[in-house]
Amino acid sequence: MTSGFGATGMLTPLIIGDVLGTLDSVGVPIPQLLQMADNIAFIALAAIGLTIIFGMMGVINLAHGEFIMMGAYITTLSVNVASIPLPIAMLLGALGTAIFGAIVERTIVRRLYGRLLDSMIVTFGLGLILTQGTRIIFGNSLQSIGTPFGQVPGYTYSGYRVLLLFAAIGVLGAVYLVFTRTEFGVQARATIQDPETAQAMGVDTDRMYTITFAIGSGLAGLTGALYAPSATIVPGMGQSFLVESFVTVVTGGSSVLLGTALAGGILGTINAIFSNLYGNFIGQIALLITAIIVIRLLPDGLTGLANTVRDKLGERQ
Amino acid sequence: MTDGRLPSRLDGIARKLNGPNTLGNSKAFWIAFAVGMVGMIAYPLIRGSYAAGQTSLFLVYGLLALSLSLIWGYTGILSFGQVAFFGIAGYTYAIVSLNLGGAFGQTVALPVAVAVATLSAFVLGYFMFYGGVKNVYVAILTLVVTLVLETFMAQTAGAEWAIGSVQLGGFNGIPGIRNFALGVEGASISLSGSGFYWFVLALLLVAYLGARMLVNSRFGYTLVAIREDAERTTMLGYNVKRVKLAVFTLSGALAGLSGVLYATWGNYMDPSVFTIVFATIPIVWVTLGGRESLLGAIVGTVIIERLRLWFSVNASEFAIVFVGVILMTTVLLVPRGILPGIRDGYVFFSEHGIREGIERGRLTIQTRLQARLASLGVGGTETETPPSSEAVRE
Repeated sequence: MTSGFGATGMLTPLIIGDVLGTLDSVGVPIPQLLQMADNIAFIALAAIGLTIIFGMMGVINLAHGEFIMMGAYITTLSVNVASIPLPIAMLLGALGTAIFGAIVERTIVRRLYGRLLDSMIVTFGLGLILTQGTRIIFGNSLQSIGTPFGQVPGYTYSGYRVLLLFAAIGVLGAVYLVFTRTEFGVQARATIQDPETAQAMGVDTDRMYTITFAIGSGLAGLTGALYAPSATIVPGMGQSFLVESFVTVVTGGSSVLLGTALAGGILGTINAIFSNLYGNFIGQIALLITAIIVIRLLPDGLTGLANTVRDKLGERQ
Repeated sequence: MTDGRLPSRLDGIARKLNGPNTLGNSKAFWIAFAVGMVGMIAYPLIRGSYAAGQTSLFLVYGLLALSLSLIWGYTGILSFGQVAFFGIAGYTYAIVSLNLGGAFGQTVALPVAVAVATLSAFVLGYFMFYGGVKNVYVAILTLVVTLVLETFMAQTAGAEWAIGSVQLGGFNGIPGIRNFALGVEGASISLSGSGFYWFVLALLLVAYLGARMLVNSRFGYTLVAIREDAERTTMLGYNVKRVKLAVFTLSGALAGLSGVLYATWGNYMDPSVFTIVFATIPIVWVTLGGRESLLGAIVGTVIIERLRLWFSVNASEFAIVFVGVILMTTVLLVPRGILPGIRDGYVFFSEHGIREGIERGRLTIQTRLQARLASLGVGGTETETPPSSEAVRE
């Protein structure tokens, strides 16, 4: 993730600028395109931690926004107080939130498997405590660390926000690799599909749940860390991710990667179009209406649609 | 459970009020209830009009808690949206009453506001339940709707956001809502202090008894059946979607009534009712009191609000932390809430005596500790469940 901030990373905005200049000269509406990329990245990153925990474990983590906030706080504090370089601070943010997530799973969420609504409520309570606790300890806001990279050359658009799209793609790709190509991923998916059989095959299912929850939390923390340089750091900042992340989970369905990617793409585009034309509120309303329509037509979300299409294609061959 | 000596009409009412779906069906309960009611009615006379006015907010919230208990406790649908209908009704009331003005305006605004809230609940419920939205998705969608409403109301600060002569006012909300009044111009009674308290108390009593009748009716049995197993209820030939929509609409109406009273109580309405914190509060009341108990919901409301008031005076920044802690500990330790817990304890002790009760408590703690030690702090404490609710109900 963070390798993009190295020497080559500094050049990326320049390259993007060149590419955009070429595109602009053939009549592509660049500002709208940038806005769209920004929205897609935001929605995918906002949702990814939540979808992993929901898709793999069936638990809705209502403290998701606060986990994002925690990642942003750790990052910002590391830079401000300990003067740690930004990329490392971001890693710390993700790691710290992952550890916190593991503790939460061990102490709280574990007792509530099979009591879905109860686990929702408990994580909700946890979210309240985290928000207010942060406010009590760190006050109403933190000093922002400033956005690196400046603007996209030739446009009044933050280069960093554009890079976030690549970060989002990178995160989705990494999640895909971890859950499909590693021993852990296979074991985790086995645990989710059939815990008893997995146990009989020698999988430590308790550990799988803890690690999956920790990964989901860590990704929420990473999202917070990635947005730390460009967002206002306040205790309630997690809330600005909530609507988008929940709508994405509802729309995307249970498949972690496919659902999030599809829903992120579609919702991001819709949100960008409506926000540009009518403002933020109408953008959110458009998201909500899209989600309701998608659920009305596809009970399993976009995942269900993708599976149906895949099955049909399979039959034809 | 019916008493042969009661006149037959009273007997009929009692039969409607009592049933397996409510706590407290015995004569002793009703006597205690009557004594409690007398105390509640006498409260303004003892503590004065100002204290009664303050306390009436708890009763207003009690209506909101009842609405959540019906939809969540009895039907198993977790709705974060009760505050949305609460807020919609409050805003509608403010807009209509301030536009029409006078006592007549307020009298008209009440049913209009409740109707708008009911309609909103119906529309949202229709799209959700007939759209096949279930379980957690309902909770998420209702939460998202509430948050979107907050976003909307918060950005209405501009002068263009006015309905009639009323500015919506963004974060500042709508001030200057008058105390509730009934009647027409020249022949009206304005309700504040004790008067408002009694008015709300009467509404809450009617709502409570009505809800009791509802959950002990055939319709109520259907609700509980849906909570326990929606698919099986469908198989048995019930129109689950329609029943869900009906109870969601009804609880929306109840939340709306609560919202109207809230607006007149505080004399203002602002978007804070749509915030995530306020959306949680009803969940906390109902969780603490016992969500499968109508009275528990009201008792939980009074306890939490009393404590929140104390916190807001003495340690305001810890109020939300306290709410979160109560929520977590209740769900983890007393999942069914305190009132059902107390009832279970009472039933147990009255059947087995105190000695056996202590003995059993000791055993329970012992087995739990052993289980805890065996699993080295890795959960496993959920093996001990409270006695089945069906078996111990009178």
